[in-house]
Amino acid sequence: MAGNNRAFRDAIPVWSSPEQIDTKGRKSADAVVHDGTPLLMKGNEAVIHGALLAGCRAYFGYPITPASEIAHTAAAMFPPAGAVFLQAESEVAAIQMCYGAASAGIRVMTASSGPGISLKQEGVSYAAGSELPIVIVDIMRGGPGLGNIAPEQGDYFQIVKGGGHGCYQVVALAPNSAQEMCDLTMEAFELADRYRNPVVVLADGLIGQMKEPVQLPHAVKDLPDKTSWATEGTAETRANLISSIKLEAEELEDHIRDLHEKYKRIEENEIRWQEYRTEDADMLLVGYGVVSRVLQGVVDAVRERGIKAGLLRPITLWPFPNEALRALASRSRMALVVEMSTGQMVEDVRLAISDLVPVKFYGRAGGVVPSVEELVEEIEIISKEKAGVTA
Amino acid sequence: MKIIQRPESILETFPRKGGAEPDATHYCPGCGHGIVHKLIGECIDELGIRDDTILISPVGCSVFAYYYFDTGNVQAAHGRAPAVGTGIKRARPGSIVISYQGDGDLAAIGGNNILQAANRGENLTVIFINNAIYGMTGGQLAPTSILGMHTATTPRGREFSDYGSPMRMAELLANLDGVSFSARHALTTPAKINRTKKAIKKALQYQMENRGFSIVEILSQCPTGWKMDPVDSLQWIEENMVPAFPLGTFKDTPHDRLTPPEPANYDPDLVERIVRHKAEGGGEHIRLHEAPWADAFGGKGGQWDAIRMKVAGFGGQGVLMLGELAARSSMLQGLNVTWLPSYGPEMRGGTANCSVVVSTRDIGNPMVDKSEVLIAMNRPSLEKFEQDVQPGGVIFYDSSLINIEPSRKDVEVHPVPATKIADGLGMGRVANVVILGAIHKALGFPDAERIEETIRLISKNDKILEINRKAFQAGIDSI
Repeated sequence: MAGNNRAFRDAIPVWSSPEQIDTKGRKSADAVVHDGTPLLMKGNEAVIHGALLAGCRAYFGYPITPASEIAHTAAAMFPPAGAVFLQAESEVAAIQMCYGAASAGIRVMTASSGPGISLKQEGVSYAAGSELPIVIVDIMRGGPGLGNIAPEQGDYFQIVKGGGHGCYQVVALAPNSAQEMCDLTMEAFELADRYRNPVVVLADGLIGQMKEPVQLPHAVKDLPDKTSWATEGTAETRANLISSIKLEAEELEDHIRDLHEKYKRIEENEIRWQEYRTEDADMLLVGYGVVSRVLQGVVDAVRERGIKAGLLRPITLWPFPNEALRALASRSRMALVVEMSTGQMVEDVRLAISDLVPVKFYGRAGGVVPSVEELVEEIEIISKEKAGVTA
Repeated sequence: MKIIQRPESILETFPRKGGAEPDATHYCPGCGHGIVHKLIGECIDELGIRDDTILISPVGCSVFAYYYFDTGNVQAAHGRAPAVGTGIKRARPGSIVISYQGDGDLAAIGGNNILQAANRGENLTVIFINNAIYGMTGGQLAPTSILGMHTATTPRGREFSDYGSPMRMAELLANLDGVSFSARHALTTPAKINRTKKAIKKALQYQMENRGFSIVEILSQCPTGWKMDPVDSLQWIEENMVPAFPLGTFKDTPHDRLTPPEPANYDPDLVERIVRHKAEGGGEHIRLHEAPWADAFGGKGGQWDAIRMKVAGFGGQGVLMLGELAARSSMLQGLNVTWLPSYGPEMRGGTANCSVVVSTRDIGNPMVDKSEVLIAMNRPSLEKFEQDVQPGGVIFYDSSLINIEPSRKDVEVHPVPATKIADGLGMGRVANVVILGAIHKALGFPDAERIEETIRLISKNDKILEINRKAFQAGIDSI
């Protein structure tokens, strides 16, 4: 029985030393206090708890699996909290309702999954052009097309690399637990207003559907004053204009330059990531969302087999933790990127570090979540490959 | 084109437009937009709503309407003005929102947006400029182009067989219960212009009184698009458009609407009460148990520091609830937990399962492919998941419904006649709580006290609570 017991422990993907998880990069200006009884809830439900506590005053959305509980929870909780819930006629309309409400100066959000996010991209481009703070939650499912409703990470490109038309960028936050679905949604509203820019919370179906204990923060006390730019239907805001059209070429180029100055400020100030057992790591693992949780189990498991692995988990997918990656890569002999896709974030990792170390990729798609076992096997193989080359 | 007798709510010069003539509009000579802008401006002045008004510029020639109106201005994507207007109005119910749209914008690409906003009875005023053509993009076919009309994309004339008939939007929208006011007017004579103004003013008044959705469709001349001089274009409207688009009021039945909420009035205390209600003990009266994690699992469970459970059965057996009861009780005991349902169409096919991981440590992968514990509530579930149980693991199954025994010899097996016991208690659906009792007895967790708290939480009344308690005890006794 003792042997069996041992086998269980090896096979169980757990984070053995939570105190070793090291969160880096910018955190909220105000320390967020979480207290009260932890509640067992889905990540999708946690999003709405966080949104309301962040002062979100309107939700416009359209039903889609596996994101629908976000709308259900908003429908239940927004009206009694004095906020607006409205089921839109389409994804296209939902994001445009957000455009309107954001123009009118209130905190607003929508949520969907891949197929719906594709439809919303028109509005995201307009919102980026008009510099409107909107929070968009994407609970990724399998694609392309209708694909399936299982968890995938195939929306990285359409969120991080644009997806709508034009030279713009959205901030992308990648939670990996129900607690972070609450906390990063709150953070998304802060970032959206700080930079007047759309912010996407990019999670997968598993993070959305899973129930975990969530300890709630407190409601923000004050909401930002937007009278300098919003159209609120008042004398004070009468001169304000929300628009993305700049007819003259030079005028539009200036506008785009301004946007990109702003994006540079975001890159300088808002990169967030976590590291796990990286101090002495020579095998750098990179993954986000639920994959990062699996990879922590993998780090522990391969370390027992003598491979010194460490994990970097980007929390902001844009801006991307390039410098942190380079610092770790310079001490590593190779890197492995794991995604629930055929390889999207890996391109950014390669841009950051492929001049320093070989970057390998392991992906599962269609809704398959990679197991600790298969990843341990993969790492043992590539680890030997590399050893063979250098010997 | 210059504006003569400028209303207050039209700017004196147009700095947003720029260019050589800062007091001239960008519209072509003879265009109807300028007249309609002026009428709207006069109505805004007369109603005293300049500060309250937010005008939405669409895509089309009037994309630059914001050059001219001394009101709040929002420029919207093609066809989306009714959705944008919905967002503005719901955010600021005290504002006056004017959605200014052309025919391609409103009737073609934004068809569903106008239809749905109208049907919801959004408290908006829509000014619909129907000139039977796409002006700005170069004179292409619109849904309102009349039969036989030559456009850039119907060079041989609009054929019914290709494009059907012109869409009569004012009549169509008047059919919807949410619409309070729908009318069509023209700008061809001073008398008609006056009638147009009256309709616009009425529509705005209804909005001020929170009376619901109004639309004023205006037949508007586009000499450039029609390749005519301005005078001929007025005649063309009378001869060709009016027969296809009759003038008149199609609906005038204002709604009495509820007072809308004011979301901009933010009350953090109210939000805290709604959101943190349960965390503050509202209805739950529970406190986190502070036992050291090392003591968390007793009995059989004590050999593991994490337990992966698969709970499976058919819909209606309370399978997902059983997993959640176990997870919630374990959470209250101070353990880390994850609960993951099978979701989507799978759950509509009659079988349901969930994965629960309980651990003294942080939990990585919440998926359960291999399990320490299987709870099978029907035979297909036992057959499907039996092989995934780790050697040394535990299988609980409802022996009153499953007429076979597990084939595994390297696991601990507990037949529990859960459904039979539950039926005996007069409530078949507490079979899941019977199983929970068996788990508690065989694995030594979750704490009985925590399970009691959880059961209290889900029991709607004392009678059900009593049955649940009995079911839990019967489960313990069954082992």
